[in-house]
Amino acid sequence: MTSPLRGRDRSDHIYRQVLTGFALALPALLLIILGVLFVEALPALKRFGPSFLFTSTWDPVAEVYGAAPMIFGTLASSLLALLIAVPLALSVAIFLTEFSPRWLRQPVAFLVELLAAIPSVVYGMWGIFVLIPFLRSYVVPPLKAVFRWTPFLQGVFYGNSLLAGGVILAIMIVPYIAAVSREVLLAVPTSQREAALAMGATRWEAVRSAVLPYGRAGLIGAVILGLGRALGETMAVTMVIGNRHDIGLSVLQPAYTMAAAIANEFSEATTSMYQSALMEVGLILFVLTVAVNAIARVLIWRVARGAAVGSTAL
Amino acid sequence: MTTSAFRRHLVSRVMTVLVVILSFTAVLALVLILGNLIAKGASSIDWAFFTKSPVPAGQTGGGVANAIVGTGIVVGVAALIGVPIGVGAGMYLAEYGSGRLGFLVRFTADVLNGTPSIVVGIVGWTFIVKPTSHFSALAGSVALAILMIPMLARTTEEMVRLVPNSLREAALALGYPRWRTSLKVVARTALGGIVTGCLVGIARIAGETAPLLFTALGNLNFTVNVSQPMQTLSLQIYVYATGPFDEWHRLAWASALVLMGLVLVISLTARWVTRQRYGRIR
Repeated sequence: MTSPLRGRDRSDHIYRQVLTGFALALPALLLIILGVLFVEALPALKRFGPSFLFTSTWDPVAEVYGAAPMIFGTLASSLLALLIAVPLALSVAIFLTEFSPRWLRQPVAFLVELLAAIPSVVYGMWGIFVLIPFLRSYVVPPLKAVFRWTPFLQGVFYGNSLLAGGVILAIMIVPYIAAVSREVLLAVPTSQREAALAMGATRWEAVRSAVLPYGRAGLIGAVILGLGRALGETMAVTMVIGNRHDIGLSVLQPAYTMAAAIANEFSEATTSMYQSALMEVGLILFVLTVAVNAIARVLIWRVARGAAVGSTAL
Repeated sequence: MTTSAFRRHLVSRVMTVLVVILSFTAVLALVLILGNLIAKGASSIDWAFFTKSPVPAGQTGGGVANAIVGTGIVVGVAALIGVPIGVGAGMYLAEYGSGRLGFLVRFTADVLNGTPSIVVGIVGWTFIVKPTSHFSALAGSVALAILMIPMLARTTEEMVRLVPNSLREAALALGYPRWRTSLKVVARTALGGIVTGCLVGIARIAGETAPLLFTALGNLNFTVNVSQPMQTLSLQIYVYATGPFDEWHRLAWASALVLMGLVLVISLTARWVTRQRYGRIR
């Protein structure tokens, strides 16, 4: 009587152990990535110290490396992307949850999700051949006409630029922000809207004063998640941002990002110090995106209680 | 009083219209990209495009047969590595994931989901290319599998959680051991959803380029040997689109159309699989 039961316990035990092993692969992966980057970056970390973050010289011949331009370019292009993407993505989410007729919801949600399915390299190619000519002909001239006096639009626009990178990034992160925001807004109880409407609020006032404040933490989380995507995006940005080690305020000028630098220069990195410097760039990028994603997740989890929000779009 | 009511309704109307316009701008981007792909790529797609390998730069003609087969192999091997681990981790999260370890695994999965793919690329290089001192398709597959695992873990968990607890209880009450219940009843019921998750994951890694730059590297010749460098459609598009020749640009558009078609077919199949079982829920 006891022996079959014990056999069953053992097989259950084995099953659980096997699954636990698979599950442990994830934290292990995180540690491995971090460990590999750290070990490989160690020579550069020792040699340059914190000055790596703040200096702008990137000279493979003299073996002097400073990543400030890439860090600046990564942040600048991502912020520019957020500036463009957030209004669009929040509009999509608000439209789908509050204003859209029922029959239109599925098709619009599906089309926006498809945007997330387009490979990065295809975005990059579209950026080179369609977006940049479009910006040159129709966007930059009127922008310059109005804002020429600001420091952000100085110099001649040749195409590959911070602006092109920011716009491409914006299009790419819209579906992520929209999908997560939509689920956050769907989680807002209907009673919130009804209460506002019953008080005599117009539809927009109900959205602004009842729905958006209720989901605020989740919406901020969605935006930060989009930021995380933008920071680490590689191919599309590499193809349109111009890849120049330079810090400038003008969005019309070429810039560089950390991901683009690795993609461009890693195969040319012939000396071990060059490789190590690029590994340190990877380490900075990884730590930055992990931190940004962790913050986003905590904010979203507070609203959605542990559900894998937005995963349907990913 | 009435003027302020009028103003409030006007604001409401204006904001509604603005939201609609901005929403459609976002959708417009997709329409434009797909439209351009078809307009610029479709005319270059013929039989030779699928059956021939590339010709030397400057010449016209040739195809991307090597890249199409390479994409299949690199992504296929990545799925062989990634699917068991990802689905297994997802099953763990759904079945035993309520404790502290479950929280940790869930959190790392979500954080890893946002890992820049280029970082995974250089880690793959360090692990496989550097010790063996040559580039290989297998290294590319490992990098892609790493990208796939956290995604699969989360979608599998989500799908398995949709299985009603009463099914699990019924099987346990009939004397099924826990592991059998989990595999034969729970996983079996959620199979459609799990398959969907896998397909979506495969669709996503099929378009990845950055992790392959320093692992699979690319190859002008046709090869099916996973220990050799291998071409994929994504790598081909990158090289051709950034290259100087019009002929390359033409092939890049066509390759992009094929890659996009591939990704779309996989994504739509994924939706269709889910529709069968979860049509009501989703």
